[in-house]
Amino acid sequence: MFEYYLNLFITAVFIENIALAYFLGMCTFLAISKSIKAAGGLGMAVIVVLTITVPINNFIYLNFLKPGALSWMGIPNSDLEFVGLITYIGIIAAVVQILEMILDKYVPVLYNALGSFLPLITVNCAILGASLFMVERSYTFTESIVYGFGAGAGWALAILALAGVRERLKYADVPEGLQGLGITFITVGLMCFAFMSFGGIIL
Amino acid sequence: MSKSREILLNPIFNDNPIALQILGICSALAVTTNLYPTLLMCIALTAVICLSNLVVSVIRNQIPTNVRMIVQITIIASLVVVVDELLKAYDYENSKTIGVFVALIVTNCIVMGRAEAFAMQNGPWLSFLDGLGNGLGYSLILIVVATIREFLGAGTLFGYEILVLTQNGGWYLGNNYMVLSSSSFLIIGLFIWLLRSWKTEQIEEPEYRVARNNLETKEAGTRV
Repeated sequence: MFEYYLNLFITAVFIENIALAYFLGMCTFLAISKSIKAAGGLGMAVIVVLTITVPINNFIYLNFLKPGALSWMGIPNSDLEFVGLITYIGIIAAVVQILEMILDKYVPVLYNALGSFLPLITVNCAILGASLFMVERSYTFTESIVYGFGAGAGWALAILALAGVRERLKYADVPEGLQGLGITFITVGLMCFAFMSFGGIIL
Repeated sequence: MSKSREILLNPIFNDNPIALQILGICSALAVTTNLYPTLLMCIALTAVICLSNLVVSVIRNQIPTNVRMIVQITIIASLVVVVDELLKAYDYENSKTIGVFVALIVTNCIVMGRAEAFAMQNGPWLSFLDGLGNGLGYSLILIVVATIREFLGAGTLFGYEILVLTQNGGWYLGNNYMVLSSSSFLIIGLFIWLLRSWKTEQIEEPEYRVARNNLETKEAGTRV
């Protein structure tokens, strides 16, 4: 059983890396990767939020939204899947807001480290994307915890790697029009290409 | 009148959401393998951004400041659900391939960004135009990328065969790299290069300049 979850985790981190294989969360990925410090803070925030929101959304999907899920309430023919999107984004926005308040009150050190990144996370499509993939692949509750954590770790790994490359790239002599955003796009394109080499791995 | 014209046309080249503001990139990469789904995606996004800007702008004076994000997201999410259901109803085949990305318009930062930065301060008509302009700026890049990728990758445009592939008895060997999503990064990167060579004011200042060739200055030093 442990092996199965480990496999799921490794798949989420490397083979199906949410940034470099599915291109989710790209806007923040490109915008906040200038320094390793900022990238690390954002990566941590994404791990925390994903590990919390994916299982919550999974719980809600399995118990309320799934076709026939409301049978415990006496409504066996219910199908609320069409409100899924609004529910997931609502949950994510709420969790981020609550997390921000809790951290501010009880863990100020962490709040200062993550603080300015947390609001950004609501509109990070990696978070919503992971919830949508969770539904599409019909994970169980435990699987969704592992998947949420793995997807977050994969995203954090990718942004740290990009920030590392960009810190070195600062000293390179790049053609004028490519400076900044242009060369970053090309770098990420090459990184995606490199990550595709994990594609054939079956654990 | 000239102001509305400026608001409409500015986001297309001068202040492009993808090439300059780094907004809404995710969908630009994954849906652009073929032209037709790309066009659907562009229409979906432009419709959502125009309407969300319009609605947010109409009720901007009634929204309490501290919950404005949630209000905006709810408006956008409702519009996206409508667009998604419409797509499923009229083009089910394509909705299966781009469905996830249509759903992800909710978190597309162009839509949120324009609602927050423009529609909260301006009237409904101008906000609508701003939405349309940004939608077109986004569509421009997507269509350029999709044209290049479909043409070089499969030798077709809108599914019509232009270059006959070798496996169909023709002469063109399809470029497999263009079929992979990571090629769109390369194309957007080169597109930015092209755009900034034309609009030079968009060039970013480098943090460090490479020093001039040391050997030359040393020689010049000894000569003095």
